[in-house]
Amino acid sequence: MCNQSVGLIQRQVEYAGITTVSISLLREITEKTRPPRALFVPFPLGYPLGEPNNAELQTRIIQAAFALLSRNDCPVLETFAQ
Amino acid sequence: MARMEDVEFKERLFLKGYPFSHYSPHPGDPVANAVTPLQKPLSACVVALVTTAGLSLPDQPPFDLTIRNGDSSFREISSDISPQVLEMHQRSWSFDQTGILRDRNLTFPLDRLREMQQRGEIAALAPRCYSFMGSIVGPSKLMKVSAPEVARRLTADHVDVALLTPV
Repeated sequence: MCNQSVGLIQRQVEYAGITTVSISLLREITEKTRPPRALFVPFPLGYPLGEPNNAELQTRIIQAAFALLSRNDCPVLETFAQ
Repeated sequence: MARMEDVEFKERLFLKGYPFSHYSPHPGDPVANAVTPLQKPLSACVVALVTTAGLSLPDQPPFDLTIRNGDSSFREISSDISPQVLEMHQRSWSFDQTGILRDRNLTFPLDRLREMQQRGEIAALAPRCYSFMGSIVGPSKLMKVSAPEVARRLTADHVDVALLTPV
C-alpha cells in the first residue's frame, strides 16, 4: 500500500521547506495520514493520473493538484472534479 | 473509484493493524504539522516528482521485495530520461499494473511536467526525481532516514514544489 507512505514522505518534504501536494487514490487512508495537501482522484488503484496515454486528462489532474499549492489551511483534501 | 474493498484482503488486514494514530500528526510534532507556504508563483517554481510506484532505472538495483517490513530505500532518477525506460518492482499486487506498464506518466509524469515547463506553467522540472516502493509495514526507517534524505537532496536542488504520487 503506497497511499500512506506518500503521506509520511510528503510531511518530511514539507518540513524541509518545500511546498507539497499529493494525489490520493484512497480517501480513507489520506484522511488518516493527513498530508498537508492532497487531491483525491476517483480512479482505480494503479491509475493515479487517470488513464495511460491520455495526456490531456493527466495534465488536468496535475493542474488541479497544483491549484492546491496556494492553500495553507492544511490538511487540505479536495476531490478532482472530472 | 478505488475503495477499501478493492484492496487485497491481506493488505486490508495490514492497514487495519497499521499504527496510523502513531504516525498521525500529534500536536507539537514539527514534522507532522509543518506547512510551507508557496513563496512565488508556480510559473517561477522548480518542481520535483516523488512516487511510491517502485520505479527504478534498468541499471539500478531493483527494490527488495523480500524485506519483511518493506524496502524503505529510494532510487534517484535523473529527470532527463524517457519515463518509459523505468522498471517497476512492487510488492503490492492489489492494484492493476497494466496502465503504468503502458504509460509510466500515469504515476511518474515526467513528460507532462516537461510540457508544462515548455508552456511556462512551471519554471523547470527538477534535475532529480525520486521513487520509493511503498508497501512499507514498518515505516520508522522511512521516516527517520530515507524520507529526510530525499528532502535534503530536493532542497539541495532548490526545489520549490514536490508532487507526490501513489499507485
